[in-house]
Amino acid sequence: MLDTTDILETIRMIDDENLDIRTITMGISLLDCIDSDITRSCDKVYDKICRMASRLVPVGCDIERMYGIPIINKRISVTPIAMLAAANRGDPVKYARTLEKAAKEVGVNFIGGFSALVHKGFSAGDKALICSIPQALSETERVCSSVNIGSTKAGINMDAVGLMGNIILDAAKATADKNCMGAAKIVVFCNAPEDNPFMAGAFHGVGEPDCVINVGVSGPGAVRSALTKCPDGDLTEVADIIKKTAFKITRMGQLVGKAASERLNVPFGIVDLSLAPTPAVGDSVAHVIEEMGIEICGAHGTTAALALLNDAVKKGGVMASSHVGGLSGAFIPVSEDAGMIDAARSGDLSIEKLEAMTAVCSVGLDMIVIPGDTPPSTISAIIADEAAIGMVNSKTTAVRVVPAIGKKSGEELEFGGLFGSGPIMKLHNDRSSEKFIARGGRIPAPMQSLKN
Amino acid sequence: MKAVVTVVGRDTVGILAKVSVVCAEHNANVIDVTQSVMKELFTMVMLLDITEISCDFSVLQNALYEVGEKIGMKIHVMHEDIFNSMHHI
Repeated sequence: MLDTTDILETIRMIDDENLDIRTITMGISLLDCIDSDITRSCDKVYDKICRMASRLVPVGCDIERMYGIPIINKRISVTPIAMLAAANRGDPVKYARTLEKAAKEVGVNFIGGFSALVHKGFSAGDKALICSIPQALSETERVCSSVNIGSTKAGINMDAVGLMGNIILDAAKATADKNCMGAAKIVVFCNAPEDNPFMAGAFHGVGEPDCVINVGVSGPGAVRSALTKCPDGDLTEVADIIKKTAFKITRMGQLVGKAASERLNVPFGIVDLSLAPTPAVGDSVAHVIEEMGIEICGAHGTTAALALLNDAVKKGGVMASSHVGGLSGAFIPVSEDAGMIDAARSGDLSIEKLEAMTAVCSVGLDMIVIPGDTPPSTISAIIADEAAIGMVNSKTTAVRVVPAIGKKSGEELEFGGLFGSGPIMKLHNDRSSEKFIARGGRIPAPMQSLKN
Repeated sequence: MKAVVTVVGRDTVGILAKVSVVCAEHNANVIDVTQSVMKELFTMVMLLDITEISCDFSVLQNALYEVGEKIGMKIHVMHEDIFNSMHHI
């Protein structure tokens, strides 16, 4: 028989420490929906998504009941829509409306892939899609967008970086009546992973199979709680505790992913072994860092603590799953993490510190609210800085900043739900990066890219 | 196929009996039971064979949750695989 202590530990992790499967994301290739007529193409997209994902939500709920583990989100990622738009040069917003309709029909809360990959330059359809993002996101609720503007192999496309500053600002303006939500659904990537199950940056890469199931786990609460049992251990012990907890969390992801894949008769892709926080109390990555002995997230030592956490999560998780992928690491989305919100509010966590933290964790500047009067060139410069960190360190970095239209630093923006709320962060707005951004062109790929 | 039932709460008379009756009614075979009472906290873990249950697994789950509510105990009914995968390599 199973050990009673183990059984009760699992139940405690789920009931009291917010352990859950954050998302089951079905990746669907839309390459066979390309058509020279946009209306025909949209019909094919709608039919394919509805056909492939019709059972996703009921199967997800079934697995949730059977194993007693909450599966918070069921989502879909699709082939970057710019590739479909390239074939017909129609209005890409039509695709966004189609994705919204299909997502609603199958009952998923988000659909990602209103995306373009432009790390080396724009091809047909890319610019039109990027320019349509603000309108697409203001007209839809469930569609998420991402743009890959750089990679270690290709360098950074600074023309795209320049463009994205305006797009983010326009998306915030177009949704100003909805707490600038549009900007919260755009991710600008460097080294974007093709199998990421997490929104808003999920899309189904071109090297992926026709349909695939990817799973994203969560569990900062469980990690923190495990650490509370070792208040005086040294950091090697801390790393070991995190590894053991991450192993257990990832095993759940593996189990749920395999079960979903078998029931849906779709290949199992990867488990993304990320620590994804939510605004709920006890589900915070900042609190894990504080549990290690940093008084408040953002104080000196935060970057080292996060590096330890991120590495231990990977080491623990990698043996627990047959395929690990996506972003896999600790997330630091400010507005979605109760501890980060507090630290930002008190002024202890600054954007400079967050930028440093992104060099050692799995994503980038995520869900950061910035003043609404920030010039687009400053937003572009933030993207360029972040992309440079990703490019040089051969890792994924991303920027998801939300300009709070009509608000200034010190005020707050309330999104609600999983997006949480965020105090507006102070930027160096008075110092311009305009000339640098206006130069455009490409930052050449670094030496690190020459591995062959 | 096996399921694990856990019952946690204040100790009272007849907890095991009430839970077992529901299992029997749905033709779930009780393979193993461990229980302990520490101070007044009652904890019971029960392993059920659910291969030949007379209903859908979710019906059995709901019946057990209802009993839990009636007797004021917290009951979980979960497939054993979740514990096996989490704690065994």
